[in-house]
Amino acid sequence: MKVELQNLTKIFPSRNKKANEEVVAVNNFNFTIPDGKLIGLLGPSGCGKSTTLYMISGLQKPTSGKIFFGDDDVTELSTENRGIGLVFQNYALYPHMTVKQNILFPLQNLKGKDKMTKEEMLERANYAAKLVQIDELMDRKPSELSGGQQQRVAIARALVKMPRVLLLDEPLSNLDARLRLQTREEIRRIQRETKITTVFVTHDQEEAMSISDLIVVMKLGVMQQIGEPQEVYDNPTNLFVAKFLGTPPINVFNGRVHDGKIYIGEDAVMDAPGVQDQEVYVGIRPEGFNLDENGPFHCKLSSVEVMGRDVSIVSTNEASINPIIRSIINAENKVDTNQEYVSYSLKPNKIFIFNKENEERIHFEVK
Amino acid sequence: MVDSKQQWKAWLYLSPAIVLLLVFTVWPIINTVRMAFLEGYSGLEAVGGASFEFGFGNFVKVVKYKKFVDCLKNTMLLCVTTVPISTFLALLIAVALNSIKPLQKILQTIFFLPYVTNSIAIGMVFSAMFNIVGLTPGSLPDTVGIVNNVIEFFGGEAINWINQGSSYTANIAVMIIYIVWNALPFKILVLLGGLQSINKQYYDAAKVDSTPRRRVFTRITVPLLSPMLAYVVITGFIGGFKEYTSIVGIFGEKMGPTGDQGRLNTMVGFIYDALKTDSQGRASAAAMILFGIILVVTLINMQVSKKRVHY
Repeated sequence: MKVELQNLTKIFPSRNKKANEEVVAVNNFNFTIPDGKLIGLLGPSGCGKSTTLYMISGLQKPTSGKIFFGDDDVTELSTENRGIGLVFQNYALYPHMTVKQNILFPLQNLKGKDKMTKEEMLERANYAAKLVQIDELMDRKPSELSGGQQQRVAIARALVKMPRVLLLDEPLSNLDARLRLQTREEIRRIQRETKITTVFVTHDQEEAMSISDLIVVMKLGVMQQIGEPQEVYDNPTNLFVAKFLGTPPINVFNGRVHDGKIYIGEDAVMDAPGVQDQEVYVGIRPEGFNLDENGPFHCKLSSVEVMGRDVSIVSTNEASINPIIRSIINAENKVDTNQEYVSYSLKPNKIFIFNKENEERIHFEVK
Repeated sequence: MVDSKQQWKAWLYLSPAIVLLLVFTVWPIINTVRMAFLEGYSGLEAVGGASFEFGFGNFVKVVKYKKFVDCLKNTMLLCVTTVPISTFLALLIAVALNSIKPLQKILQTIFFLPYVTNSIAIGMVFSAMFNIVGLTPGSLPDTVGIVNNVIEFFGGEAINWINQGSSYTANIAVMIIYIVWNALPFKILVLLGGLQSINKQYYDAAKVDSTPRRRVFTRITVPLLSPMLAYVVITGFIGGFKEYTSIVGIFGEKMGPTGDQGRLNTMVGFIYDALKTDSQGRASAAAMILFGIILVVTLINMQVSKKRVHY
């Protein structure tokens, strides 16, 4: 089921009536989620990603704009009639019901032609439980399950009625690091198997990048960029997106463009033909550095961290906005830790420049 | 941990409470048991220097009293009717209150008013509402009670609720209405508190699962409220077995309509009567029987709720 958002806006009225400080949680959203895809809504807390999800679910009403499931306008449709599955951040499993009763619950609500016999319901519940691998735990209460197991029960409950759209609100935030890795793979697998259009919300860029078909990066209610994860990473539209994606984060410098060259401090680090002279922010991905004795970019060496496959070089530069510059290079390069300075040449595709005022990306031709 | 050398300080600080508890709670309880098991114990005679033998005579006497059996019957009847009715009504009102946003605080206050009002005063108002006057033999009575006025307004026939010659059924009906009304505020308060502490996400989840309203109530609200319901039922039964003031409020100390005194007497009323006639032994025995009954009923309640109360 394709999901389309048209000019979707949500404004929360000010709590203090006199101050009249409205909060625009979601500002004029337009995008289409293709059928059968897994899409990640990504952004820092307070960026409106959960609000967007809850508007798709119908639990919150948009202030303006429309939502379509396929060709149906569902904007005015109540949650009950939207046929969605929703996994809450805290799972919201009914604590007084066993796992089995929890999973059966949505099926028992079906009416009319969708009504099922007891056997059909059990069959469906067992299928859903098998899919998320909790069929051994059917007679337990939620309080007797681990976080990861509860999370799977929540997914099974959302999936069992074969929803048109599956929505996940920060589904992994309550899990420990290992379980998180495992579960996100599982969400991916389940989504592939069921081919249900899935929207999930996260503030963890790694999580979003690793499993989504498409990611939507949001900031303060405004959509910044939508695209395939690799595309967004390689081609950020502005400084915010560039900074938000990637671990370790991108290194940002105060720089300027002069005579078609990008300068950081006194070093002319890269050619930027056709760009007007101006002050800019220069962003360089950690993997964008090459150790090069004759390289144009000079930094003061702080330390070298060995990570096995790679080495991470920590250095400083007066123009850097972050306190340290982190570069990741192949471990085969030997770094003399006694030297005071380190010189780099830069990979053209890993360096971005941004307008100093509006932080928008300035494109230049890479030779 | 408190240093053992400092322990006397702890006891010192606790002593006011301990002394008061010992004098006014622990000793009376022990004394009640003692008096119950002394044959024909009477306070006056005890002061006069009489001594009493140990025995079960008080209990035998109490159980053999026809009045006692009547009191037990009245108490039981009021308990088993008022507790379920008031709990059910309180649940409905609490759910309704919880689901409306405007005026919620005002309505809450209105429903809570009976709780802070003196029950004797409420009883007097109720007896005025159910009253009739002008009863002359052979002629229809003039009704002044508002309840009868309403009944007559709708074309019904006035009922003699509580006056001379009224029926036992009418008396009990008035008592049930009065006790239920009086018991509602506390129950509503507890249940409303319980409702407001239920995580809203369960209701969101139920919406996502397309749950019909009735099913949300029976499958989600009631189970999640079950600890509060159990509490309300248990305390309701305990309170019900101690019913006394409500009857005094409506019928006065005679505990019945004029001409049939003591018809609506309860267990606690029986104990007071025994005390008035200086039969502390009998009163103590009756008190212990009442304690036993409440204990058993509470144990049954807890056993039932163990199966029914979730998590």
